[in-house]
Amino acid sequence: MVAIRTKPDHHTYTFPGFGSEKFPNLMLRGAGDLDNWHLKVYEQKHEGYVAMKAALKMEPVAVTEEVKASGIRGRGGAGFPAGLKWSFMPKDTADRKFTRYLVCNGDEGEPGTFKDRVILEYNPHQLIEGMIIGGWAMQCVTGYVYIRGEFLWLIEKLEVAIQQARDAGYLGKNILGTGWDFDILVHRGAGAYICGEETALLNSLEGRRGEPRVKPPFPAVKGAFGQPTTINNVETLAAVPPILRMGGAEYAKIGSPKNSGTRIFGVSGHVKRPGIYELPMGTPMNFLVEELCGGSSTGRKIKAIIPGGASCPMLDEKDFDVPMDFDNLKARGSMGGSGGLIVMDESVCMVQATLRLIRFYAHESCGQCTPCREGCNWLEMILHRIEHGQGRMEDLDLIASLTPRIGMRTLCPLGDAACGPMDSALQKFRHEFEHHITHRTCYATGSRLLSTVGAH
Amino acid sequence: MNHPQPPETSLEPLAPGQRLPESDRKEFGPEALAEIQAIMAKYPDKLAATLPALHIAQREFGFISLAAMKAVARAIGIPEGHVFGVATFYTMYQKAPVGKYHFSVCTNISCALRGAAQLLEKVCEKTGVKPGAGPSPDGMWSVEEVECLAGCGVAPCVQVNHDVYDELVDEQKLIEVMEACKRGEYRPWAQ
Repeated sequence: MVAIRTKPDHHTYTFPGFGSEKFPNLMLRGAGDLDNWHLKVYEQKHEGYVAMKAALKMEPVAVTEEVKASGIRGRGGAGFPAGLKWSFMPKDTADRKFTRYLVCNGDEGEPGTFKDRVILEYNPHQLIEGMIIGGWAMQCVTGYVYIRGEFLWLIEKLEVAIQQARDAGYLGKNILGTGWDFDILVHRGAGAYICGEETALLNSLEGRRGEPRVKPPFPAVKGAFGQPTTINNVETLAAVPPILRMGGAEYAKIGSPKNSGTRIFGVSGHVKRPGIYELPMGTPMNFLVEELCGGSSTGRKIKAIIPGGASCPMLDEKDFDVPMDFDNLKARGSMGGSGGLIVMDESVCMVQATLRLIRFYAHESCGQCTPCREGCNWLEMILHRIEHGQGRMEDLDLIASLTPRIGMRTLCPLGDAACGPMDSALQKFRHEFEHHITHRTCYATGSRLLSTVGAH
Repeated sequence: MNHPQPPETSLEPLAPGQRLPESDRKEFGPEALAEIQAIMAKYPDKLAATLPALHIAQREFGFISLAAMKAVARAIGIPEGHVFGVATFYTMYQKAPVGKYHFSVCTNISCALRGAAQLLEKVCEKTGVKPGAGPSPDGMWSVEEVECLAGCGVAPCVQVNHDVYDELVDEQKLIEVMEACKRGEYRPWAQ
């Protein structure tokens, strides 16, 4: 018996004008419809597997070129061009020396990000199609989908969807008469944020502790089981079928220059209509927050927005007009990240918010390298004493001297991720930290973020 | 300070060569063993079956005790130390018994902005257990504070056992969820 989600889903997936020329609907087709995940529906309603059939008639290199031409940048956080990543795989595809693997990163754990579950829930076949195309382009033998352990119902659903694709002859031996074998396996994680980092994910896939590996060798040289591997986010791979369908050059026209395509933004926190919005890259942030999400839900002014998941530096009022793409957000001192916006209103005490975020990083640090393991715990302790009225003015300098010793000094970006919100909060809301130290109480009250029971 | 909980038997570590008492030893049933064998065959390396096998062990034995780790190591044919290292790294493997209905309450920033801290207090008050402090005396409830569940847009959110999330949970909804648990509408933990 297959568990299929039967509960109503409270997300909103659409807005007036969605699906038009200006706001194309490429990723969220049929989102909200619980029957949409079947192969039949995907083929009949959403041009399913059209792109795959076209791609299998092309040379593998030509498929990679098409993805390169689209200019799509990885949707997982770093924004690395996906086509370029694919081209790092060993070129000589006729050489049977290597077994090539494609890995899909569905370990969605970044606070504020909830886009992959929508694709897995409503359009798993779009991901499967994207993986088949990617597998063909790089001549892989197996695709692994690594999904976080909490998404058990989505794993069960994806396994049924994969079986449907196998039955239709899109997976397995000799796919559509090309003589190429490819299959997809689902691997369930077990609750570790660090496994979203690509080399930690590979370790977890191989059955080890999820500790990041030293790079180089990069995964394209030595990845899963010691073989060349490419790791892409769920959203990146699900964007491949639309790219092939409309052509790379056409896809590149959507969005802003060098940041092509649409992206799924998830908005959470103090807004009237939180949820999932697919928008072209480069859409201004205040358009999304004010127009589409209806502005502040509490009637209070919005104080800070984290623009791309918890690891991105916060933005304050003067930057709310930033166009949301990788380059513009970087120019304003933040990051594109994974596209999850967290909106905080005036009632939020920034010391509490930062403490909550840093506690997350201290908890999720894998413990492999010292700056992150020790540094995040020290940041948590310092913030904890400021929050509880035992802070000293020197603590602020201590924090400022600590973060540069964590950032860029660790194997993986988790240490940098902890420094992003910490540095930006201290820089932009320093008066709140100072108020906390001098008055021994919060500057802003109204939203209590920390529970009195069981701080873990 | 934030290290994963040690397994329950580590209070009295085993000396080299010492075996677990007979009553504590665990063995997989033939069906579970066949399942693990099938998983091992799917991967190029049998080590990769560690995580799935631990999930199966958790389903079979209720939680990952030291005995369960040893059973996993025997079933796959890998060192016990490796299984111990993996099992203690990942937070979803419960190293101590949990209740029949295990509440995972997300208290990360997005949920906290919409009242997750207060919700966690409510859950603890209604079930009478503290987060991470084991099951209630009747074995019905246990509560865990977890990091982001990816339900940020519909915060606050709670996961009962391994089911679909309960979203936008307020006090009324929480009572409904607990009633549904009592009626048996959720999959119990070890199944």
